[in-house]
Amino acid sequence: MTTLLEVQHLSKSFGGLRVTDDVSFTLASGDRVALIGPNGAGKTTLVNQLSGDLAPSDGRILLAGEDVTKAPIPERVRGGLVRTFQVTRLFTSLTVAENVALAVMQRRGLTRRMFSSVLDRSDVRDEWQGVLSLLGIGHLAATPVTKLAYGQQRLLDLAIGLAMKPRVLVLDEPAAGVPHDESPRILEAIGRMSPEIAILMIEHDMDLVFKFAKRVLVLANGALIFEGTPAEVKENDAVRAAYLGNYADARRAS
Amino acid sequence: MATLSVTAAPSAWAGLRNDLIAAAVIAVLGAIGWFVYPDDLAFLTRVIGLAFLVISLDLVTGYCGVATLGHAALFGVGAYAAGNFCLAGVTDPILMLLIGALAGMATGLVSGLLVTRFRGLPQLVLSIAFGQLVAALANKLSSITGGSDGLAGISASPVFGIFNFDMFGRTGYVFSVIVLLITMVVLLRFARSPFALMCRAIKDDTLRTRMIGVSVYPRLVVMYCVAGAVAGLGGALTAINTGVIGLDSVSFERSAEALIMLILGGAGNLWGALIGAILFELFHHYVSAASPFHWMILVGVLLIVVVLFFPKGLVNEVTRRIGDFRQARAAR
Repeated sequence: MTTLLEVQHLSKSFGGLRVTDDVSFTLASGDRVALIGPNGAGKTTLVNQLSGDLAPSDGRILLAGEDVTKAPIPERVRGGLVRTFQVTRLFTSLTVAENVALAVMQRRGLTRRMFSSVLDRSDVRDEWQGVLSLLGIGHLAATPVTKLAYGQQRLLDLAIGLAMKPRVLVLDEPAAGVPHDESPRILEAIGRMSPEIAILMIEHDMDLVFKFAKRVLVLANGALIFEGTPAEVKENDAVRAAYLGNYADARRAS
Repeated sequence: MATLSVTAAPSAWAGLRNDLIAAAVIAVLGAIGWFVYPDDLAFLTRVIGLAFLVISLDLVTGYCGVATLGHAALFGVGAYAAGNFCLAGVTDPILMLLIGALAGMATGLVSGLLVTRFRGLPQLVLSIAFGQLVAALANKLSSITGGSDGLAGISASPVFGIFNFDMFGRTGYVFSVIVLLITMVVLLRFARSPFALMCRAIKDDTLRTRMIGVSVYPRLVVMYCVAGAVAGLGGALTAINTGVIGLDSVSFERSAEALIMLILGGAGNLWGALIGAILFELFHHYVSAASPFHWMILVGVLLIVVVLFFPKGLVNEVTRRIGDFRQARAAR
């Protein structure tokens, strides 16, 4: 398997506060990795550095062997590093189809065109329709985004990411805010994605994590404290102390 | 319309049909103007000139979400450029339009480079600063602008060497309607393009557009150039029709009025911009005649009513309500 993303000794400090502390890991083609950790562990901060939204203080990020630590966001996206957001970020004045088509057109270098729509051009149309039906929201193509239920918005968020044909897809809590009984639909959608893509998923919902991940990274106070299979993570005392303990307590209480 | 329909037939015919509908609507509006105000064509011609400014403003404000109160600069520079070339001997009206559009585009480039670098209040302040700078320059550089006396004596030669600009403004009116028609058809196609769609996405969520690989700043600058060309076209058209350019064409008031017209008609919709300009000027025309000292008060009241009851502008609200009505009827 080819290594697609390599994070080397990544650190980020805000003043005296170290929010990312010497984090190193790799993602290879086909990886299904979950990044977990208690609230405030620095998960989203880490993702923001991967996507280029936030500059790391130290360390390197390699995308398919190329150093993108200082590369601007569009360059990383062109390199195949795509992310979604914890809170849905959609183009709310447009329809579902337009949201996905924009990503398709951008990837294919069509968004500089200034004359007439290419939304219905067969190659573009096939692609956005394909992505929408893969995620099970094909019937909503013509619906304005503002009329979608929240679960559908989350799926559209995934669809936009997927339309970019990512090599590395970073999903920041894809099931956040989705009613618990609907989260399997999200997982199902992720399951249908191409096996070539390396997926890093940040998630709070442990059921989802254990169903999705082949490998789990545990972050606490900005540092990676454990890396292993879901079964190993469950058994590990340090992880339990930092995170799962609270989770188990919370589950018992509910 | 500026909105896209994903169910439309994926053919060149659909595009052509949209073009024909737009052309027909403007031709009909133009004909109504001709027959309703036969003695006031100069007024209508002025409205068309202003409509270009409002449409141009819509491209940056309605489509890209750029807040600006200095947009008249693009219009005024286009007018002054066309006027100066005319005085220097380039009197062909179509060449003058071209010069106006190019000058507007160049001003749009400078203004866009400055203004779109920022968002929110800093952006608004910079746009005002740019507008004031151009206004101050227009006042100072009286050798090319005529200063406060205005640049007078602009006299365009006949259109295609045949149609003289007559004193009743008939040629000017027909010429203006045709230029508006062509511009609107082209811009409505532009508004359906991937480029314009991406601009709307940038307005909705700039970070997300960057996360799908878009370099936002250069795009907004390009949009400013397009808007500059449209505003410059309007400026040149006004110069051709009135024969004189005053400082008011670059004034803060002109920029602010254009924004009011846009909000009235509905931002993010080119028809909204056009209808907003027409309605505002008609309102101005009648109310200022009836009550020359108090008409601004009534404009204020009108705006408050529109913003309260039609927050998205008249055209957008009417289209939305028609859509809702149709949906309700289809559901029954």
